[in-house]
Amino acid sequence: MKISAEIKTIIKDSLFTGLISLALFGPIVGLKTSSKGEGLFVTPHVSIVVLLVAACIVGRFLIGLNSLRKKEINLIGNITSTISNYMDNKGKHVAITGVLFAIVFPFLPFTDRYVLDVSIMILTYIMLGWGLNIVVGLAGLLDLGYVAFYAVGAYSYALIATTFGWSFWVCLPLAGLFAGFFGILLGFPVLRLRGDYLAIVTLGFGEIVRIILINWYEVTNGPDGITGIPRPSFFGLEFKKFPDEGETSFHTFFNLEYSTMHRIIFLYYLILVLALITNYFTLKIRKLPVGRAWEALREDEIACKSLGVNPTNTKLTAFAIGATFGGFAGAFFATRQAFVSPESFTFIESAIIVAIVVLGGMGSQTGVVLAAIFLIGITEVFRDLEQYRMIAFGGAMVLIMIFKPKGILANRKPTITLKDYIK
Amino acid sequence: MEYFIQQLINGITLGSIYGLIAIGYTMVYGIIGMINFAHGDIFMIGAFIALIAFLLFGLTGIALPIVLFLVLLISMLFTACYGWSVEKLAYKPLRGSFRLAPLISALGMSIVLQNYVQVAQGARVKPLQPLISGGLEFFKESDFVVTLSYLQIFIVFLTIVLMSMFTLLITKTDLGRAQRACEQDRTMTSLLGINVDRTISITFILGSSLASVAGMMFVLYYGVIDFYIGFLAGVKAFTAAVLGGIGSLPGAMLGGLLIGLIETMWSGYISIEYKDVAAFSVLIITLIFFPTGFLGKPDIEKV
Repeated sequence: MKISAEIKTIIKDSLFTGLISLALFGPIVGLKTSSKGEGLFVTPHVSIVVLLVAACIVGRFLIGLNSLRKKEINLIGNITSTISNYMDNKGKHVAITGVLFAIVFPFLPFTDRYVLDVSIMILTYIMLGWGLNIVVGLAGLLDLGYVAFYAVGAYSYALIATTFGWSFWVCLPLAGLFAGFFGILLGFPVLRLRGDYLAIVTLGFGEIVRIILINWYEVTNGPDGITGIPRPSFFGLEFKKFPDEGETSFHTFFNLEYSTMHRIIFLYYLILVLALITNYFTLKIRKLPVGRAWEALREDEIACKSLGVNPTNTKLTAFAIGATFGGFAGAFFATRQAFVSPESFTFIESAIIVAIVVLGGMGSQTGVVLAAIFLIGITEVFRDLEQYRMIAFGGAMVLIMIFKPKGILANRKPTITLKDYIK
Repeated sequence: MEYFIQQLINGITLGSIYGLIAIGYTMVYGIIGMINFAHGDIFMIGAFIALIAFLLFGLTGIALPIVLFLVLLISMLFTACYGWSVEKLAYKPLRGSFRLAPLISALGMSIVLQNYVQVAQGARVKPLQPLISGGLEFFKESDFVVTLSYLQIFIVFLTIVLMSMFTLLITKTDLGRAQRACEQDRTMTSLLGINVDRTISITFILGSSLASVAGMMFVLYYGVIDFYIGFLAGVKAFTAAVLGGIGSLPGAMLGGLLIGLIETMWSGYISIEYKDVAAFSVLIITLIFFPTGFLGKPDIEKV
């Protein structure tokens, strides 16, 4: 009997999985340490371990049965292939519909303050993803410290705005410039490094920036952060119920009933415009010589050198432009929160942004949008289970990579082909 | 002078811990060419298992050397299970796919492990009262008494023993030969009848066991751990591996010692707040002049 032999191996595998999961969960979950009075005590939690081990055995058994069938069920793979096929055919329409939807979104009936807040967060990540996409997706440089530029943007905005009291529209370009300058500063020495060496150096740089922010009390106010960052105004019209002397507020100018939603909606459009500018810029620059050089460099550095492309300068432009957009996003973050502290710029933020770019399918602009909605969405779905949201987040990263290693929208088309000449 | 010797001793102790973690990074990088971001969290899990084992044995009243030995074995065994499972679940399906996929998977795994321990064990710091106390004192006549604690002797001694065993394993045994062969050319190695998957699994098991020893040392040395220790220790150990030349075992140990010394010297003489900045700055400066670390093989670019 062939089938029963196969069933036997599945059962054997499942029991082995059970043994391993017992070893995994036994000590960490089963023996919880907690402090009572002085010192630590161990409290056993047997039932949870039994449940987890049983779940592992059953799960492994079902996976084994699934692999016996002629056609395996690969749900995530199927869904993402469908999406990416559809996007290939109707990409342009989907993009336009998406933008139109984003424009009317704040006025839809189900849009309340919470939904809008989450959307603003997702759009911030989309913008960061698009900014990093220039560095990682187009130029092929793995940057694990992108949050450093986000932080530089946020802090320079905060410092300029609180010290000089300049308006948002003056501070925003300055914050971008500062971040871009930092990009050049870091990029200059390190961009001749290759692959993973570059990754660890950028990670180190991200940590250096964070540590300096924590410790440089005189300027950054240390771990307490900077408070009282001015909110953005609508071309000089403040979003305040009772505007200060000499100021006109938004609702009186337009004869509206005062509502806190005005500012939220304004912030929403602000980040939408910023993100779309990033996207437009990327799409355009891909068609310019420097954009082509990035993509060529990503594919083959030696060939580029032979053709007279200067790799360091080309990478430096990518790095600086990516950093500038990171800085813009940082400035937006600062003005939205009205508060910045080093806590917001930990390595996990860099990891999330890199994950959005890679999960979206490197170099794909629409992929970034889908990945950002999916990843940030999943943490919001698990919002009530505060403790488990990051587990779900990390698990989603692993699962997408396993089933779709090239990202959600994997089909990367060359920007230019010789279609007229090859017949 | 006395102060310098004290910092030297502390630096070597810290460097031993970093070196042991760095070996896991460098081996995995050598064999499958990926940054195993979850390795720092494997170290953290090793520390937690060691802590739990210490607490359990603390109730039984067995003599200290036996407890140390048993805890060492237990944390190595259980942590190795974690290393093995992480490889099987998150990295093995991605073998042969493009370069960034395993890296993202590893980042995800690292987030999962960190938060899993936070959920299971709680977010608060876990203290452990010192088990090995006392030490040797030098320069008793001078102003500054240099102390070499028994714990530091234990850590450095254990590191030397493990490192020698490990070097023997890699250079003399069949397993080590298979591992070095996989590092050079995986396809050819499998053609020659070596089970590559098994060799990679064993690499992960060995790396995690060494990380768990480092975890146990960390618990004993600092006496307090939480679920977040894996990140910084992991990043610094990876920095050590890169500094020494990634893929090179003696390089990992050298890098570990250097990072440990830089950190203690910097915090001893310049400023304690910026000790992490020092480690990363040294890395950046080193890589500008030695693009593949101190003992790394130069990268040959081929068309």
